[in-house]
Amino acid sequence: MDISEILSILNSVFEKETIELKTDIPVEPFLIIAPSKINAISLFLRDEERLQFDFLSSLSGVDYDEENLAVVYNLYSFVHKHKLMIKVIVPKNEPNVKTVSNIWTTTDWHEREAYDLFGIVFEDHPDLRRILLPDDWEGYPLRKDYKVQEFYKGMKVRY
Amino acid sequence: MAELKTEEMILNMGPQHPSTHGVLRLELVMNGEIIEDVKPHIGYLHRCFEKHAEAMTYPQVIPYCDRMDYLASISNEFGYAIAVEKLMGIEVPERVEYIRVIMAELQRVASHLVAIGTNGLDIGAFTPFLYCFIDRERILEIFEITCGARLLYNYIWIGGVSRDIPEDFQKKVKDFVKYFRPRIKDLNNLLSYNKIFIDRTANIGVLPPDVAINAGASGPTLRGSGVKFDLRKDDPYSIYDKFDYDIPVGEGEKGTVGDCWDRYMVRVYEMEESLKIIEQAIDNIPEGDVLSAVPKRVRPQEGEIYFRTETPRGELGYYIISDGTVNPKRVKARSPAFCNLSLISQISQGAMIADIVAIIGSLDIVLGEIDR
Repeated sequence: MDISEILSILNSVFEKETIELKTDIPVEPFLIIAPSKINAISLFLRDEERLQFDFLSSLSGVDYDEENLAVVYNLYSFVHKHKLMIKVIVPKNEPNVKTVSNIWTTTDWHEREAYDLFGIVFEDHPDLRRILLPDDWEGYPLRKDYKVQEFYKGMKVRY
Repeated sequence: MAELKTEEMILNMGPQHPSTHGVLRLELVMNGEIIEDVKPHIGYLHRCFEKHAEAMTYPQVIPYCDRMDYLASISNEFGYAIAVEKLMGIEVPERVEYIRVIMAELQRVASHLVAIGTNGLDIGAFTPFLYCFIDRERILEIFEITCGARLLYNYIWIGGVSRDIPEDFQKKVKDFVKYFRPRIKDLNNLLSYNKIFIDRTANIGVLPPDVAINAGASGPTLRGSGVKFDLRKDDPYSIYDKFDYDIPVGEGEKGTVGDCWDRYMVRVYEMEESLKIIEQAIDNIPEGDVLSAVPKRVRPQEGEIYFRTETPRGELGYYIISDGTVNPKRVKARSPAFCNLSLISQISQGAMIADIVAIIGSLDIVLGEIDR
Protein backbone atom coordinates (compact mmCIF):
# COMPACT_ATOMS: atom_id res chain seq x y z
CA MET A 1 0.00 0.00 0.00
CA ASP A 2 1.46 3.38 -0.88
CA ILE A 3 1.46 6.48 1.24
CA SER A 4 -1.52 8.23 -0.38
CA GLU A 5 -3.78 5.25 0.34
CA ILE A 6 -2.53 5.18 3.94
CA LEU A 7 -3.28 8.90 4.18
CA SER A 8 -6.82 8.46 2.90
CA ILE A 9 -7.49 5.75 5.49
CA LEU A 10 -6.11 8.03 8.23
CA ASN A 11 -8.13 10.98 6.97
CA SER A 12 -11.33 9.00 7.23
CA VAL A 13 -10.79 8.63 10.99
CA PHE A 14 -8.74 11.63 12.17
CA GLU A 15 -9.14 15.36 11.53
CA LYS A 16 -7.46 16.48 8.32
CA GLU A 17 -5.42 19.28 9.97
CA THR A 18 -3.46 16.86 12.15
CA ILE A 19 -1.87 15.01 9.22
CA GLU A 20 0.09 16.48 6.35
CA LEU A 21 1.66 14.64 3.40
CA LYS A 22 5.09 15.77 2.16
CA THR A 23 6.21 14.50 -1.23
CA ASP A 24 8.66 17.15 -2.44
CA ILE A 25 11.73 16.02 -0.43
CA PRO A 26 13.73 13.15 -1.97
CA VAL A 27 14.06 10.15 -1.56
CA GLU A 28 10.74 9.10 -0.02
CA PRO A 29 7.48 10.85 0.96
CA PHE A 30 6.44 11.08 4.60
CA LEU A 31 3.61 12.25 6.87
CA ILE A 32 3.83 15.08 9.39
CA ILE A 33 1.61 14.52 12.40
CA ALA A 34 0.58 16.92 15.18
CA PRO A 35 2.50 16.14 18.44
CA SER A 36 -0.66 15.71 20.51
CA LYS A 37 -2.09 13.09 18.11
CA ILE A 38 0.92 10.80 17.67
CA ASN A 39 -0.16 8.26 20.30
CA ALA A 40 -3.72 7.88 18.99
CA ILE A 41 -2.61 7.69 15.37
CA SER A 42 0.16 5.18 16.16
CA LEU A 43 -2.30 2.93 17.93
CA PHE A 44 -4.60 3.12 14.91
CA LEU A 45 -1.69 2.39 12.53
CA ARG A 46 -0.78 -0.72 14.48
CA ASP A 47 -4.26 -2.13 15.01
CA GLU A 48 -6.17 -1.20 11.84
CA GLU A 49 -6.74 -4.33 9.73
CA ARG A 50 -5.58 -2.77 6.44
CA LEU A 51 -2.40 -1.16 7.87
CA GLN A 52 -1.02 -3.35 10.71
CA PHE A 53 2.28 -1.55 11.29
CA ASP A 54 3.46 -4.02 13.90
CA PHE A 55 7.18 -3.22 13.74
CA LEU A 56 8.88 0.05 14.57
CA SER A 57 12.22 0.03 12.79
CA SER A 58 13.67 3.22 14.09
CA LEU A 59 12.88 6.31 16.08
CA SER A 60 15.28 9.21 15.58
CA GLY A 61 15.51 12.64 17.08
CA VAL A 62 16.48 15.41 14.66
CA ASP A 63 17.55 19.02 15.10
CA TYR A 64 15.07 20.14 12.46
CA ASP A 65 15.77 23.87 12.03
CA GLU A 66 16.50 27.00 14.08
CA GLU A 67 13.35 26.76 16.19
CA ASN A 68 12.25 23.15 15.94
CA LEU A 69 13.18 19.59 16.84
CA ALA A 70 11.66 16.55 15.18
CA VAL A 71 11.01 12.91 15.96
CA VAL A 72 11.08 10.54 13.00
CA TYR A 73 9.33 7.17 13.12
CA ASN A 74 10.09 4.46 10.56
CA LEU A 75 7.38 1.83 10.57
CA TYR A 76 7.09 -1.51 8.84
CA SER A 77 4.34 -4.10 8.58
CA PHE A 78 5.27 -7.78 8.66
CA VAL A 79 1.77 -8.67 7.47
CA HIS A 80 1.42 -6.32 4.49
CA LYS A 81 5.13 -5.66 3.80
CA HIS A 82 4.72 -1.90 3.54
CA LYS A 83 6.68 0.95 5.09
CA LEU A 84 5.82 4.37 6.41
CA MET A 85 7.84 7.35 7.62
CA ILE A 86 6.21 9.74 10.08
CA LYS A 87 7.53 13.00 11.50
CA VAL A 88 6.47 14.96 14.52
CA ILE A 89 7.80 18.51 14.75
CA VAL A 90 7.98 20.30 18.10
CA PRO A 91 9.38 23.72 19.10
CA LYS A 92 12.74 23.77 20.92
CA ASN A 93 11.43 25.77 23.85
CA GLU A 94 8.71 23.21 24.58
CA PRO A 95 9.76 19.85 23.09
CA ASN A 96 6.97 17.63 24.36
CA VAL A 97 5.78 14.57 22.45
CA LYS A 98 3.40 11.85 23.61
CA THR A 99 5.18 8.53 24.10
CA VAL A 100 4.42 5.52 21.90
CA SER A 101 6.21 3.05 24.20
CA ASN A 102 2.86 1.54 25.21
CA ILE A 103 2.31 0.63 21.55
CA TRP A 104 5.75 -0.65 20.52
CA THR A 105 7.87 -1.68 23.52
CA THR A 106 11.04 -1.18 21.49
CA THR A 107 10.52 2.60 21.63
CA ASP A 108 11.21 2.59 25.35
CA TRP A 109 14.98 2.77 24.72
CA HIS A 110 14.70 4.73 21.48
CA GLU A 111 12.78 7.49 23.23
CA ARG A 112 15.26 7.53 26.10
CA GLU A 113 18.01 8.00 23.51
CA ALA A 114 16.18 10.90 21.83
CA TYR A 115 15.66 12.45 25.27
CA ASP A 116 19.31 11.92 26.13
CA LEU A 117 20.80 13.43 22.99
CA PHE A 118 18.14 16.01 21.97
CA GLY A 119 16.21 16.78 25.14
CA ILE A 120 12.87 15.76 23.62
CA VAL A 121 10.48 15.04 26.50
CA PHE A 122 8.23 12.05 25.93
CA GLU A 123 5.11 12.50 28.04
CA ASP A 124 3.87 9.41 29.92
CA HIS A 125 7.06 7.48 29.22
CA PRO A 126 7.46 4.92 32.05
CA ASP A 127 11.18 5.52 32.71
CA LEU A 128 12.48 8.64 31.01
CA ARG A 129 16.13 9.12 31.96
CA ARG A 130 19.44 9.35 30.12
CA ILE A 131 20.61 6.13 28.50
CA LEU A 132 23.98 6.66 26.78
CA LEU A 133 25.37 9.61 28.77
CA PRO A 134 25.87 9.83 32.54
CA ASP A 135 22.79 10.94 34.49
CA ASP A 136 24.41 14.22 35.56
CA TRP A 137 25.64 15.29 32.10
CA GLU A 138 24.66 18.83 31.09
CA GLY A 139 22.99 19.72 27.83
CA TYR A 140 21.86 17.73 24.81
CA PRO A 141 24.86 16.96 22.55
CA LEU A 142 23.17 16.38 19.21
CA ARG A 143 21.54 19.80 19.13
CA LYS A 144 23.38 22.04 16.69
CA ASP A 145 23.85 24.82 19.26
CA TYR A 146 25.31 22.45 21.89
CA LYS A 147 28.31 23.70 23.86
CA VAL A 148 30.20 21.03 25.76
CA GLN A 149 30.49 21.60 29.49
CA GLU A 150 33.95 22.64 30.71
CA PHE A 151 34.28 20.28 33.66
CA TYR A 152 32.64 16.98 34.50
CA LYS A 153 33.20 15.94 38.13
CA GLY A 154 36.39 17.97 38.29
CA MET A 155 37.79 16.52 35.04
CA LYS A 156 38.40 18.81 32.10
CA VAL A 157 36.15 17.69 29.23
CA ARG A 158 37.83 19.45 26.30
CA TYR A 159 41.48 18.62 26.06
CA MET B 1 6.58 -21.76 52.34
CA ALA B 2 5.38 -18.25 51.55
CA GLU B 3 6.48 -16.92 54.94
CA LEU B 4 10.08 -17.92 54.13
CA LYS B 5 10.32 -15.29 51.37
CA THR B 6 13.20 -12.97 52.15
CA GLU B 7 13.82 -9.51 50.83
CA GLU B 8 15.15 -9.19 47.31
CA MET B 9 18.80 -8.62 46.58
CA ILE B 10 20.35 -6.40 43.92
CA LEU B 11 23.26 -8.05 42.19
CA ASN B 12 25.55 -6.07 39.96
CA MET B 13 26.89 -7.88 36.90
CA GLY B 14 29.54 -6.02 34.96
CA PRO B 15 30.60 -3.57 33.54
CA GLN B 16 33.79 -5.65 33.63
CA HIS B 17 32.51 -9.19 33.36
CA PRO B 18 33.69 -11.73 30.76
CA SER B 19 30.23 -12.93 29.79
CA THR B 20 28.66 -9.52 29.23
CA HIS B 21 30.61 -9.35 25.94
CA GLY B 22 32.02 -5.91 26.60
CA VAL B 23 31.25 -3.11 29.01
CA LEU B 24 27.64 -3.81 29.87
CA ARG B 25 26.28 -3.50 33.38
CA LEU B 26 23.24 -5.52 34.38
CA GLU B 27 21.40 -4.73 37.56
CA LEU B 28 19.81 -8.01 38.59
CA VAL B 29 16.98 -8.01 41.09
CA MET B 30 17.25 -11.42 42.69
CA ASN B 31 14.94 -13.53 44.79
CA GLY B 32 17.35 -16.21 45.94
CA GLU B 33 18.66 -17.66 42.69
CA ILE B 34 15.64 -16.55 40.67
CA ILE B 35 15.83 -13.38 38.61
CA GLU B 36 12.91 -11.05 39.27
CA ASP B 37 14.04 -8.26 36.97
CA VAL B 38 16.98 -7.17 34.84
CA LYS B 39 17.90 -3.54 34.30
CA PRO B 40 20.64 -3.08 31.69
CA HIS B 41 22.83 0.00 31.99
CA ILE B 42 24.59 0.91 28.76
CA GLY B 43 26.67 3.79 27.48
CA TYR B 44 30.11 2.80 28.76
CA LEU B 45 31.41 2.58 25.19
CA HIS B 46 29.65 5.67 23.84
CA ARG B 47 31.99 7.34 21.35
CA CYS B 48 29.62 9.96 19.87
CA PHE B 49 29.39 8.32 16.43
CA GLU B 50 26.40 10.42 15.44
CA LYS B 51 27.97 13.69 16.55
CA HIS B 52 31.26 12.87 14.84
CA ALA B 53 29.45 12.01 11.61
CA GLU B 54 28.00 15.53 11.45
CA ALA B 55 31.50 17.01 11.40
CA MET B 56 32.85 14.62 8.73
CA THR B 57 32.38 14.44 5.00
CA TYR B 58 30.38 11.48 3.74
CA PRO B 59 33.36 9.21 2.88
CA GLN B 60 35.06 10.07 6.17
CA VAL B 61 32.14 8.54 8.08
CA ILE B 62 32.92 5.03 6.77
CA PRO B 63 35.80 4.26 9.20
CA TYR B 64 33.52 5.31 12.06
CA CYS B 65 30.87 2.85 10.82
CA ASP B 66 33.54 0.13 11.02
CA ARG B 67 33.99 0.82 14.67
CA MET B 68 30.35 0.40 15.63
CA ASP B 69 29.98 -3.35 15.17
CA TYR B 70 33.64 -4.29 15.18
CA LEU B 71 32.86 -7.96 14.53
CA ALA B 72 31.02 -7.22 11.31
CA SER B 73 32.63 -4.07 9.92
CA ILE B 74 31.97 -4.94 6.28
CA SER B 75 28.23 -5.22 6.92
CA ASN B 76 28.20 -1.82 8.61
CA GLU B 77 30.00 -0.11 5.72
CA PHE B 78 27.77 -1.90 3.26
CA GLY B 79 24.57 -0.39 4.66
CA TYR B 80 26.02 3.09 4.91
CA ALA B 81 27.46 3.02 1.39
CA ILE B 82 24.16 1.89 -0.17
CA ALA B 83 22.22 4.55 1.76
CA VAL B 84 24.45 7.36 0.46
CA GLU B 85 24.43 5.88 -3.06
CA LYS B 86 20.62 5.87 -3.06
CA LEU B 87 20.63 9.46 -1.88
CA MET B 88 22.99 10.46 -4.70
CA GLY B 89 21.49 8.16 -7.34
CA ILE B 90 24.73 6.30 -8.06
CA GLU B 91 24.57 3.03 -10.01
CA VAL B 92 27.28 0.63 -8.84
CA PRO B 93 29.10 -1.65 -11.34
CA GLU B 94 28.09 -5.31 -11.29
CA ARG B 95 31.60 -6.39 -10.29
CA VAL B 96 31.45 -4.23 -7.18
CA GLU B 97 28.09 -5.71 -6.20
CA TYR B 98 29.47 -9.25 -6.41
CA ILE B 99 32.59 -8.41 -4.41
CA ARG B 100 30.51 -6.67 -1.75
CA VAL B 101 28.11 -9.59 -1.39
CA ILE B 102 30.92 -12.14 -1.12
CA MET B 103 32.72 -10.04 1.47
CA ALA B 104 29.51 -9.44 3.44
CA GLU B 105 28.69 -13.13 3.52
CA LEU B 106 32.23 -14.06 4.58
CA GLN B 107 31.83 -11.45 7.29
CA ARG B 108 28.54 -13.02 8.35
CA VAL B 109 30.25 -16.40 8.77
CA ALA B 110 33.13 -14.81 10.72
CA SER B 111 30.75 -12.92 12.98
CA HIS B 112 28.55 -15.96 13.63
CA LEU B 113 31.65 -17.98 14.50
CA VAL B 114 32.43 -15.51 17.28
CA ALA B 115 28.81 -15.55 18.44
CA ILE B 116 28.69 -19.34 18.52
CA GLY B 117 32.11 -19.73 20.10
CA THR B 118 31.52 -17.21 22.86
CA ASN B 119 28.03 -18.51 23.53
CA GLY B 120 29.57 -21.91 24.24
CA LEU B 121 32.48 -20.41 26.14
CA ASP B 122 30.16 -18.52 28.48
CA ILE B 123 28.51 -21.73 29.60
CA GLY B 124 31.72 -23.68 29.96
CA ALA B 125 32.51 -25.23 26.54
CA PHE B 126 36.03 -24.06 25.91
CA THR B 127 37.15 -26.25 23.00
CA PRO B 128 34.51 -25.24 20.40
CA PHE B 129 35.53 -21.62 20.99
CA LEU B 130 39.05 -22.44 19.76
CA TYR B 131 37.67 -24.36 16.76
CA CYS B 132 35.57 -21.32 15.82
CA PHE B 133 38.49 -18.93 16.12
CA ILE B 134 40.74 -21.12 13.95
CA ASP B 135 38.12 -20.99 11.19
CA ARG B 136 37.49 -17.29 11.65
CA GLU B 137 41.21 -16.72 11.28
CA ARG B 138 41.02 -18.15 7.75
CA ILE B 139 38.36 -15.61 6.81
CA LEU B 140 40.39 -12.79 8.33
CA GLU B 141 43.32 -13.91 6.18
CA ILE B 142 41.16 -13.51 3.08
CA PHE B 143 40.18 -10.03 4.24
CA GLU B 144 43.80 -9.21 4.91
CA ILE B 145 44.97 -10.09 1.39
CA THR B 146 42.02 -8.14 -0.03
CA CYS B 147 42.21 -4.87 1.85
CA GLY B 148 45.15 -5.07 4.22
CA ALA B 149 43.17 -5.03 7.44
CA ARG B 150 41.92 -7.79 9.68
CA LEU B 151 39.19 -6.13 11.67
CA LEU B 152 38.40 -2.56 10.59
CA TYR B 153 38.52 -2.50 6.83
CA ASN B 154 37.37 0.80 5.30
CA TYR B 155 36.89 -1.41 2.24
CA ILE B 156 33.45 -0.57 0.89
CA TRP B 157 33.43 2.98 -0.40
CA ILE B 158 30.60 5.10 -1.69
CA GLY B 159 30.21 3.93 -5.30
CA GLY B 160 32.75 1.09 -5.16
CA VAL B 161 35.31 -0.71 -3.09
CA SER B 162 38.73 0.63 -2.12
CA ARG B 163 40.72 -1.82 -4.29
CA ASP B 164 40.13 -4.72 -6.61
CA ILE B 165 40.31 -8.29 -5.34
CA PRO B 166 43.74 -9.94 -5.59
CA GLU B 167 44.46 -12.65 -8.17
CA ASP B 168 44.21 -15.63 -5.83
CA PHE B 169 41.07 -14.33 -4.09
CA GLN B 170 38.68 -16.71 -5.85
CA LYS B 171 40.86 -19.73 -5.15
CA LYS B 172 41.28 -18.81 -1.48
CA VAL B 173 37.54 -18.33 -1.01
CA LYS B 174 36.72 -21.62 -2.74
CA ASP B 175 39.30 -23.42 -0.61
CA PHE B 176 37.73 -21.93 2.48
CA VAL B 177 34.21 -23.03 1.50
CA LYS B 178 35.47 -26.55 0.82
CA TYR B 179 37.35 -26.62 4.12
CA PHE B 180 34.59 -25.10 6.20
CA ARG B 181 31.60 -27.35 5.30
CA PRO B 182 32.87 -30.40 7.24
CA ARG B 183 33.92 -28.13 10.08
CA ILE B 184 30.27 -27.18 10.66
CA LYS B 185 29.54 -30.89 11.18
CA ASP B 186 32.39 -31.04 13.71
CA LEU B 187 30.96 -28.01 15.47
CA ASN B 188 27.52 -29.64 15.64
CA ASN B 189 29.01 -32.79 17.14
CA LEU B 190 31.10 -30.83 19.60
CA LEU B 191 28.62 -28.22 20.74
CA SER B 192 25.20 -27.97 19.09
CA TYR B 193 24.00 -31.47 19.96
CA ASN B 194 26.04 -31.78 23.13
CA LYS B 195 23.73 -32.86 25.93
CA ILE B 196 25.13 -30.42 28.47
CA PHE B 197 24.84 -27.55 26.01
CA ILE B 198 21.23 -28.46 25.18
CA ASP B 199 20.38 -28.72 28.89
CA ARG B 200 21.79 -25.26 29.46
CA THR B 201 20.08 -23.55 26.50
CA ALA B 202 16.84 -25.37 25.58
CA ASN B 203 13.68 -23.88 27.16
CA ILE B 204 15.76 -20.98 28.52
CA GLY B 205 14.95 -17.36 27.69
CA VAL B 206 11.95 -18.13 25.50
CA LEU B 207 11.03 -15.22 23.25
CA PRO B 208 7.53 -15.57 21.73
CA PRO B 209 7.22 -14.24 18.14
CA ASP B 210 4.67 -11.51 18.90
CA VAL B 211 6.82 -10.16 21.73
CA ALA B 212 9.87 -10.27 19.46
CA ILE B 213 8.21 -8.18 16.74
CA ASN B 214 6.77 -5.67 19.19
CA ALA B 215 10.12 -5.31 20.95
CA GLY B 216 11.92 -4.60 17.67
CA ALA B 217 13.98 -7.79 17.52
CA SER B 218 15.68 -8.60 14.24
CA GLY B 219 18.20 -10.97 12.73
CA PRO B 220 18.78 -14.40 14.31
CA THR B 221 17.05 -13.23 17.50
CA LEU B 222 13.81 -12.73 15.56
CA ARG B 223 14.23 -15.78 13.35
CA GLY B 224 14.96 -17.95 16.39
CA SER B 225 11.37 -17.23 17.42
CA GLY B 226 10.12 -18.76 14.19
CA VAL B 227 9.50 -15.55 12.22
CA LYS B 228 10.74 -16.11 8.68
CA PHE B 229 12.03 -12.64 7.97
CA ASP B 230 15.30 -11.62 6.42
CA LEU B 231 15.85 -8.26 4.74
CA ARG B 232 17.96 -9.94 2.06
CA LYS B 233 14.79 -11.76 0.93
CA ASP B 234 11.92 -9.59 2.15
CA ASP B 235 13.27 -6.15 1.28
CA PRO B 236 16.10 -7.05 -1.13
CA TYR B 237 19.04 -4.77 -1.70
CA SER B 238 22.23 -5.09 -3.78
CA ILE B 239 22.04 -8.34 -5.79
CA TYR B 240 20.69 -10.70 -3.14
CA ASP B 241 17.65 -11.50 -5.29
CA LYS B 242 19.91 -13.31 -7.77
CA PHE B 243 20.90 -16.10 -5.42
CA ASP B 244 19.17 -19.21 -4.19
CA TYR B 245 19.27 -19.73 -0.42
CA ASP B 246 16.97 -20.45 2.51
CA ILE B 247 16.07 -18.49 5.60
CA PRO B 248 16.46 -20.83 8.57
CA VAL B 249 14.10 -20.27 11.50
CA GLY B 250 13.83 -21.69 15.00
CA GLU B 251 11.52 -24.70 15.22
CA GLY B 252 11.78 -25.67 18.86
CA GLU B 253 13.74 -28.79 17.97
CA LYS B 254 15.14 -29.26 21.49
CA GLY B 255 12.66 -27.30 23.53
CA THR B 256 10.33 -24.37 22.93
CA VAL B 257 10.35 -22.17 19.81
CA GLY B 258 12.35 -19.04 20.56
CA ASP B 259 14.61 -20.43 23.28
CA CYS B 260 18.37 -19.88 23.50
CA TRP B 261 19.13 -23.08 21.59
CA ASP B 262 16.95 -21.99 18.66
CA ARG B 263 18.66 -18.62 18.45
CA TYR B 264 22.02 -20.37 18.57
CA MET B 265 21.10 -22.95 15.95
CA VAL B 266 19.74 -20.36 13.49
CA ARG B 267 23.28 -18.96 13.33
CA VAL B 268 24.76 -22.37 12.57
CA TYR B 269 22.26 -22.93 9.73
CA GLU B 270 22.85 -19.40 8.44
CA MET B 271 26.54 -20.07 8.01
CA GLU B 272 25.66 -22.88 5.60
CA GLU B 273 23.31 -20.58 3.68
CA SER B 274 26.04 -17.94 3.46
CA LEU B 275 28.37 -20.56 1.99
CA LYS B 276 25.70 -21.26 -0.66
CA ILE B 277 25.58 -17.58 -1.63
CA ILE B 278 29.38 -17.36 -1.76
CA GLU B 279 29.56 -20.45 -3.98
CA GLN B 280 27.03 -19.05 -6.43
CA ALA B 281 28.73 -15.68 -6.57
CA ILE B 282 32.41 -16.55 -6.64
CA ASP B 283 32.56 -17.94 -10.18
CA ASN B 284 30.34 -15.26 -11.70
CA ILE B 285 32.22 -12.09 -10.81
CA PRO B 286 32.03 -10.00 -13.99
CA GLU B 287 34.94 -7.92 -15.29
CA GLY B 288 34.99 -4.21 -14.61
CA ASP B 289 36.63 -1.31 -12.83
CA VAL B 290 35.79 -1.21 -9.13
CA LEU B 291 36.57 2.49 -8.81
CA SER B 292 34.73 3.73 -11.91
CA ALA B 293 31.60 4.86 -10.03
CA VAL B 294 33.36 6.36 -7.00
CA PRO B 295 32.48 10.07 -7.03
CA LYS B 296 35.31 12.61 -6.77
CA ARG B 297 33.21 14.79 -4.53
CA VAL B 298 30.40 13.34 -2.46
CA ARG B 299 27.70 15.96 -2.20
CA PRO B 300 24.20 14.44 -2.15
CA GLN B 301 21.10 16.41 -3.03
CA GLU B 302 19.01 17.89 -0.24
CA GLY B 303 16.92 15.05 1.09
CA GLU B 304 16.77 12.16 3.47
CA ILE B 305 16.69 8.40 3.49
CA TYR B 306 16.12 5.54 5.89
CA PHE B 307 17.88 2.48 4.54
CA ARG B 308 18.21 -0.87 6.27
CA THR B 309 20.34 -3.92 5.61
CA GLU B 310 20.68 -7.34 7.20
CA THR B 311 23.89 -7.53 9.23
CA PRO B 312 24.82 -10.70 11.17
CA ARG B 313 23.02 -9.23 14.15
CA GLY B 314 19.88 -8.06 12.36
CA GLU B 315 18.42 -4.93 10.90
CA LEU B 316 20.95 -2.12 10.71
CA GLY B 317 19.24 1.05 9.52
CA TYR B 318 20.85 4.35 8.60
CA TYR B 319 18.72 7.45 8.72
CA ILE B 320 20.67 10.11 6.84
CA ILE B 321 19.59 13.71 6.29
CA SER B 322 21.50 15.73 3.71
CA ASP B 323 21.27 19.51 3.54
CA GLY B 324 23.13 19.68 0.21
CA THR B 325 26.58 20.28 1.71
CA VAL B 326 29.55 17.91 1.98
CA ASN B 327 28.71 17.07 5.62
CA PRO B 328 25.62 15.11 6.59
CA LYS B 329 23.13 17.04 8.69
CA ARG B 330 22.20 13.95 10.66
CA VAL B 331 23.29 10.31 10.63
CA LYS B 332 21.33 8.03 12.88
CA ALA B 333 22.26 4.39 13.14
CA ARG B 334 19.49 2.05 14.21
CA SER B 335 21.58 -0.76 15.56
CA PRO B 336 20.16 -4.28 15.81
CA ALA B 337 21.97 -5.20 19.04
CA PHE B 338 20.52 -2.10 20.75
CA CYS B 339 16.98 -3.32 20.12
CA ASN B 340 17.81 -6.95 20.83
CA LEU B 341 19.34 -6.07 24.20
CA SER B 342 16.39 -3.89 25.17
CA LEU B 343 14.13 -6.95 25.37
CA ILE B 344 16.36 -8.82 27.82
CA SER B 345 14.23 -8.04 30.86
CA GLN B 346 11.19 -9.51 29.10
CA ILE B 347 12.82 -12.90 28.52
CA SER B 348 14.88 -13.38 31.67
CA GLN B 349 12.30 -12.90 34.40
CA GLY B 350 11.98 -16.13 36.33
CA ALA B 351 15.24 -17.56 35.02
CA MET B 352 18.09 -18.71 37.24
CA ILE B 353 21.14 -16.52 37.66
CA ALA B 354 23.32 -18.88 35.59
CA ASP B 355 20.81 -18.66 32.73
CA ILE B 356 21.35 -14.94 32.22
CA VAL B 357 24.79 -15.79 30.85
CA ALA B 358 23.28 -18.16 28.28
CA ILE B 359 20.65 -15.56 27.37
CA ILE B 360 23.18 -12.77 26.77
CA GLY B 361 25.29 -15.15 24.67
CA SER B 362 22.32 -16.14 22.55
CA LEU B 363 21.39 -12.50 21.85
CA ASP B 364 24.89 -11.94 20.40
CA ILE B 365 25.34 -8.33 21.47
CA VAL B 366 28.24 -6.11 20.49
CA LEU B 367 28.54 -3.16 22.82
CA GLY B 368 30.31 -1.00 20.25
CA GLU B 369 27.11 -1.00 18.27
CA ILE B 370 24.77 -0.55 21.20
CA ASP B 371 26.56 2.49 22.62
CA ARG B 372 27.82 3.83 19.27
